[in-house]
Amino acid sequence: MSRVSIQTGDFDVGAELAALEALGGGGVASFTGVVRGEGGLIALELEQYPAMTRGQVERIVEQAMARWPLIGVRVIHRHGRLEPGARIVFVGTASRHRTAALESCAFLIDWLKSHAPFWKKEHFAEGSPRWVDAKAEDEAKADSWRD
Amino acid sequence: MPDLSIVYFAWVREAIGTDGETIERPAEDATVADLVAALAARGGGYAQAFGDMSRLRAALDQRFVAMNCVIGDARELALFPPVTGG
Repeated sequence: MSRVSIQTGDFDVGAELAALEALGGGGVASFTGVVRGEGGLIALELEQYPAMTRGQVERIVEQAMARWPLIGVRVIHRHGRLEPGARIVFVGTASRHRTAALESCAFLIDWLKSHAPFWKKEHFAEGSPRWVDAKAEDEAKADSWRD
Repeated sequence: MPDLSIVYFAWVREAIGTDGETIERPAEDATVADLVAALAARGGGYAQAFGDMSRLRAALDQRFVAMNCVIGDARELALFPPVTGG
């Protein structure tokens, strides 16, 4: 079971985890990304490449499913304007093995950061908005998963 | 062969002032880098967006490609900064 959603709306983490638990694998791992309100940030705007996003995220999910014995993967990525405290992204994995669930979850969020076509723009209470620069460490983290 | 459609995202889109355009298909052996250099030569926002190729990434028909990739018969080229999702 794998499911990818690219959406503007919020999602229910509890319901997503319950759905993964119901698959019966016995082990579920997850990551939730939330907007930080540091440095006077009032909103994060996420732009995406609509024609590419879903296919690209599905390819990343396929890689995870080929690499670890998973029985369920759920990825939700929001776009549009998000305020501090809002959830941005959810990755959930289910497996019969905790190592597979935990490692694949880390792999998925690392690869989403550097391989999914999203761009973040920060809006502040004062001053002009700013596009977030990609971090070399994020790229390095994704690369560390290469065989 | 039909024209080539180009789409722009994030600050590339903002510098140029449009989210996309259709151009005459470049020469058969032209690479993404060749086209980016030609776009930069238009000056103005294009020069600003495409002057430093190290700050750019590209996709051909919704697949990430290196700048030295030949455009060939791809229908859509996307030019954008390194991604910052997650």
